[in-house]
Amino acid sequence: MERPLTKNIRPNEDPLSLMEYEQAGGYRAVRTMLSTMSPQDVQVQVKASNLRGRGGAGFPTGMKWSFVPMGENAPKQKYFIVNADEMEPGAFKDRYLLEGDPHQLIEGIVVAAYAIQASHAYIFLRQGYGRAELLLNKAIAEAYENKLLGENILGSGFSLDLRIHTSAGRYICGEETALINALEGKRATPRAKPPFPQVSGLWGRPTVVNNVETVVNLPHIVNNGADWFKSIGGINDSGTKIYGVSGRVRNPGLWELPMGTMVSDLIEEQAGGMMDGYRLRAFMPGGASTDFLTPDHMNVRMDFDSVMKAGSRMGTGTITVLDDRTCPVGFVHSLEKFFRRESCGWCTPCREGLPWIERTLQAIETGKGEMSDLDLLTEQCRLLGPGNTFCALAPGAVEPLQSALKYFLEDFESHINNKHCPWKSI
Amino acid sequence: MLTEQEKQEISEELKHCERPEAAAIEALRVVQKKRGWVSDASLRDVAAQLSMTPAELDAVATFYSFIFRKPVGRHVIALCDSMVCWSLGHDDLYKLISTKLGIGYGETTGDNRFTLLPASCLGACDRAPAMMVDDELFGPVTPETIDEILSKYS
Repeated sequence: MERPLTKNIRPNEDPLSLMEYEQAGGYRAVRTMLSTMSPQDVQVQVKASNLRGRGGAGFPTGMKWSFVPMGENAPKQKYFIVNADEMEPGAFKDRYLLEGDPHQLIEGIVVAAYAIQASHAYIFLRQGYGRAELLLNKAIAEAYENKLLGENILGSGFSLDLRIHTSAGRYICGEETALINALEGKRATPRAKPPFPQVSGLWGRPTVVNNVETVVNLPHIVNNGADWFKSIGGINDSGTKIYGVSGRVRNPGLWELPMGTMVSDLIEEQAGGMMDGYRLRAFMPGGASTDFLTPDHMNVRMDFDSVMKAGSRMGTGTITVLDDRTCPVGFVHSLEKFFRRESCGWCTPCREGLPWIERTLQAIETGKGEMSDLDLLTEQCRLLGPGNTFCALAPGAVEPLQSALKYFLEDFESHINNKHCPWKSI
Repeated sequence: MLTEQEKQEISEELKHCERPEAAAIEALRVVQKKRGWVSDASLRDVAAQLSMTPAELDAVATFYSFIFRKPVGRHVIALCDSMVCWSLGHDDLYKLISTKLGIGYGETTGDNRFTLLPASCLGACDRAPAMMVDDELFGPVTPETIDEILSKYS
């Protein structure tokens, strides 16, 4: 089984230096691309590969790029940004790629920037990833010294400036237009779309924002082609995926596996099943903003379309398990507390609705809830849903809530009827 | 008053920015690095160097969780309370740390050693429950390892 994205990663050791990375075949994609391919060739290949964005939405990368103005009349200054603002609860995959193989990310950045003819690139790195920052800075310095970044890369005439911006917190920075505002030194509130960033992004210029895991796929697609990329994937989707499982499992962690790997394989095989004495109650396929699924969904394939059909979203592909000895109401309260805290406050349903939801859940969890609260929560799921808010934060926040009301209704009712949390007396 | 070194470091950041306000977070972090937090006086000085009004810069400073506009202790404990860490024992850890240090979230110990803050997901769900002290990540943190971790910080 091929594991292109993680083959160089040596857990608990420093990542490959530039020399080691090149010895392992690294920067071959950049060399080939700059000497034999046009930007259009790269775009065509990535489009043909069916690479879909790994940040959570699964939007086709080639199509995202295709909206960038190209050619002689296009603006001279364009930007490519790596979204390394990994702050979704349950997600920890990008940390592994950033710390594990920084040169692979830099190579991916050069590929993407060349494809859209960007002159400047940024890595937007979340707060708290100090080790990643250190290792990336070291790798970037090595790349500059060896003419893989900067003016006239490898004598090709293509130039690229790459810098890291380390954020100071706030989940909303991961929303791409909020991220652009943050890079401009503003409050990270989302922007209205259109115009889309590809046309008017950072400083009003064409900008593409791609997730870390998306970007590290690019060198491998250039090296091995679109057909190869499809062949290492699953039935519905191309490439490999960095999957993860956390919560009360025996062996929480991350694994690179073909796209479309079954949920049961991840939870039972890779993560070793539930810890002794615990049973699986439900799981979230890919972070705090994805609907709960249940043990009935163990045979769902983890690809964008299959998880969607099962009633959730693959999101980041890092599964969070909810065990049978943890209160589901408390669990949902914890995650709504996160969304309430991280709402940027820009639009009313999110700013006002999330605190209301959180207070209501807290009341139910502490035995002060009423049956009418359940109708209120259902109503809030609608009011904060798609179409009513400026960005996807609030709709993401109510996805797990609406499925919790469906799958854990009895638990909500017992909290209300018995006026206390049944898990607290155990 | 900003020190010469702080001014110099901010100027260095400005060189890489297309517009001065783009260096806002970097500049605030320069100040915070030595002083621990950003006082009103520092905020005004930084704003002047970035050609911003103090209100414009404060709007940015107060938005981001890890720019501190109030004094903090010598070390900041950021305890993750997001769902995975919550389900694996956040509440017990919080109670333990809180009892040991005599402070709740948002508070600083009397000897100015620690400030305790709740943190949104630290991206270490495979090591839950996780926490950071300053720039260092710990996890899984257990009631047994808390003392050892805290003793590293004076």
